Amino acid sequence: MSETAAQLNFFQETQGRKGILAWILSTDHKRIGLMYMYTIMVFFIVGVLLGLGIKMELIAPGLTVMGPQAYNSFFTVHGVIMIFVIVIPGLPAIFGNFFLPIMIGAKDVAFPKLNLFSWYLFIIGIITVLISLFTFGGPPDTGWTFYAPYSFKTTTNMFPAVLGAFILGFSSILTGLNFITTIHRMRAPGMRWMKMPLFAWSIYGTGWIQLFATPIVGITLLMIIAERFLKIGFFDPALGGDPILYQHLFWIYSHPAVYIMILPAMGVISEIIPTFARKGIFGYNAVVISTMAIAIVGYFVWAHHMFTSGMSTTAQFVFSLLTFFVAIPSAIKVFNWVATLYKGSIRLEVPLIWALGFLFLFMIGGFTGLFLGAVATDVHVHNTTFVVAHFHYIIFGGMGSAFFAALHYWLPKMYGRMYNKYWATVGWATFFIGFNVLYFPMFILGYQGMPRRYYDYLDQFHGLNIVSTLGAFIMVAGIFVIILNLIRGARHGEQATMNPWEGRSLEWTVPSPPPLENFDEIPDLTKSSAHPA
Amino acid sequence: MEANTHVHRDDVASKLGMWLFIFTEILLFGGMFIVYSIFRYNHPVAFHLAGEELNDTMGLINTIILLVSSMTVAMSITAMQRGQVRRSMQLLVITIILGLAFLVNKYFEWGAKFDHHIYPGSSFLRELGTGDTLFFGLYFMMTGLHALHIIVGLIILVWVAFYIQKKRTRPDKYVFLENGGLYWHLVDLIWIFLFPLFYLIH
Repeated sequence: MSETAAQLNFFQETQGRKGILAWILSTDHKRIGLMYMYTIMVFFIVGVLLGLGIKMELIAPGLTVMGPQAYNSFFTVHGVIMIFVIVIPGLPAIFGNFFLPIMIGAKDVAFPKLNLFSWYLFIIGIITVLISLFTFGGPPDTGWTFYAPYSFKTTTNMFPAVLGAFILGFSSILTGLNFITTIHRMRAPGMRWMKMPLFAWSIYGTGWIQLFATPIVGITLLMIIAERFLKIGFFDPALGGDPILYQHLFWIYSHPAVYIMILPAMGVISEIIPTFARKGIFGYNAVVISTMAIAIVGYFVWAHHMFTSGMSTTAQFVFSLLTFFVAIPSAIKVFNWVATLYKGSIRLEVPLIWALGFLFLFMIGGFTGLFLGAVATDVHVHNTTFVVAHFHYIIFGGMGSAFFAALHYWLPKMYGRMYNKYWATVGWATFFIGFNVLYFPMFILGYQGMPRRYYDYLDQFHGLNIVSTLGAFIMVAGIFVIILNLIRGARHGEQATMNPWEGRSLEWTVPSPPPLENFDEIPDLTKSSAHPA
Repeated sequence: MEANTHVHRDDVASKLGMWLFIFTEILLFGGMFIVYSIFRYNHPVAFHLAGEELNDTMGLINTIILLVSSMTVAMSITAMQRGQVRRSMQLLVITIILGLAFLVNKYFEWGAKFDHHIYPGSSFLRELGTGDTLFFGLYFMMTGLHALHIIVGLIILVWVAFYIQKKRTRPDKYVFLENGGLYWHLVDLIWIFLFPLFYLIH
C-alpha cells in the first residue's frame, strides 16, 4: 500500500465512528459499495443452495427430496432472490458505487446520503421478502414472475414478497437516478462524454433503464397487492379484468430489466479486454452507441415473452422483428471485443480468463435467444427447460461471469491485496466445466419437450437430468473455491501495487485501497487525448 | 454533510435529480393510465354511466384548490428568491393548508361513495357489472395513489417549512424549497389528468 502517514485509506478512515457504525452510517461510496457486496454475496450463496435443491429434486423422476409445493417454493424463492437481490443490483450497486466516481474523477456520487438510503431500502426490501418465507401461508409459489391470476388467488404468503420486490425496485430507481446525475454533473475537467470509460457508459445506460422501466413494475406490483386485498379485478376475468394485461405490464419492466443485468456486465468486459490485450478498445464509439441502442431498443421487445399467451399475428411479427434488432448491437460488441484481442499483446490473467469465458457463454446464450425470438421455434420450446438454459447462459454465464471477472479485476484495488491466482484459475475451470455440464443438457431436454417448473418428469429424460445435476455439484464446488479464495485474498493476500494490471482508467492512478476522497486533487484530463481504457 | 467529508453543493445536480425522480413518478402513474385506457376501450358504455355517478362539483373544487396551491408554492419560491423570507413562509403555509383541504374534501367524497355501497369488492358493485367494478376500482386505486402522493408532498413541504424556520433554507440556498415545489406541481399535474378522465368524460 502506498499511503503515507498523512493519508489513510478508506478502511482506516472511519470518520470517528466505531465498529459497525463506521459502515452503516457512512456515506462514502466505497463503503456503500462493499456493504452491497457483502449483502449480495450472502444471498448469492442462499440462491445457489436453493438452485442446488431444485437440481437435487430433478436427479430422478418422481418425488426425490421434496414434494410439488416445496419445489414450487424453491424455484420461486430462488428466482426472486437471484433476480431482485443479486442480478439486478449486483454490478451497478457494487462496482458502480465503488468505481464509477473514481473512474470519472469525482470524490463521491452526486447524492451520498441518498446512496446510503438506497442501501437501507435494499435491506428493508430483502427483509420484507424474507418475512414471506417464515410467516403464515408459507413461502410464495408463483414463480418469480408473480403471474396473475394465480398470484392473487394462491393462499401462500404473496404480499410480503411482492411488497419486497417493490421496495427493491425503489432502491434500484434511486441508485440509477444517483448515477445519472453523478455522470452528468461530476465528471472531472476534460472527462468528456466520449472519453468516459466504457464501464461508466454502461452504468449510464443502465441508469436510464432503471428509471424508465422500474416504475412500471412498481405500479404492477401495487396492482397485484390491490387485487389480493381489495379484489378490484384488474387481472381477474371474473370481474372483467385481463390476466394477459398483467403479463404485458410485467414484461414491460422485466424485459428491460434483463438489460439492467447485462449492460454493466458488458461494461466490465469492455474494461477488462483492452487492459489485458494492452491495446485501446476497438471501436470505442461503436461500443458506446450499441450500449445506448440496447438500452433503447430493449424497451420494445417485451411481448416476445408472450408469444404463446394470445396475441395478434401482427404483434407477434413486430415483436419478433424487434427482438432480432436488439441482437445486432449485442453482436457488435462481441465483434469489438474480439477485434480488440486481435494482434493485442495479450496477458492471460484471471480476469481475462473470466472475460473469455463470458464471451463463450454469452454467445451460446445469445444465439439460443434467437431461437426464442423467432415465433415458430418459440412455440415449440416455450415453457421448456430450453428457456431456462438460455436464460442461465445469458444471466449466469454472461452476467455471472462478468461479476466474477469484475471481482478478480478490481479486488486488488478494493482491498489492496492480491488473491491466489492458481486457485482462482482452478475455481474458474471448475465453474466453467460444471456450468456447461449443468445447463447444456437442459437445451436438449427442452428441445425434446421437458417442461420447466415441474418437480416430476417422464422417464425418457432421466439420463440427461443426472448429467445436469452432476454438473450442478461441480459448479457449486467451483463457486466455493472461487469465493473462499477471494475472501482469503482480501484478508491475507500479498500486498497489491497501485496498478497490478497496467490499467489505464483513473481508478488505477489512486492508491490501493483508495483514500476516503479518492483523489488529493481532482484530476485534470483536458490535455490527454486518448480514451482512458 | 459530515465534518470530515468534503462539502459539496451543486444545485443543478439537485434539480436534475428531482426532475429524474418526477419522471419516474409520471411513469408510475403512466402504468395506471394505460390500464385505464384499455378498460375504457373495453367497457365504453359502463364507463360512461359510472362517470356520471361522480360528483363534478367536488372534483371541480379540488381542482381549483390544487391549482391555487400550485400558484402559492410558486409564489413562495419567488418570494424566497427576492429575499422575502417571511412572505415565502406564509405562502408555503397557505399551500400546506390547501393541500389539507384537498384531503378533507377527498375524505368526504370517498365517504359518500362508501355510503352508497361503492367500494372495491362490494357486492353492490358486483351486481352492477364488470365495467362499473373496473371503473370504480380504477377510481379508488388512482385517486388513492394520488392522495398518497399529496400526503408525501405535504410531508416534504412541512419539512421545507421547518428548514426555513431553522434558516437552513434561505435566500442564498433554496434548492430544497424549489424541489419541494416541483414535487407539488407534479401531484397537481397528475390531478389535472385524473379530473377529466374520471369526472368529465361521459
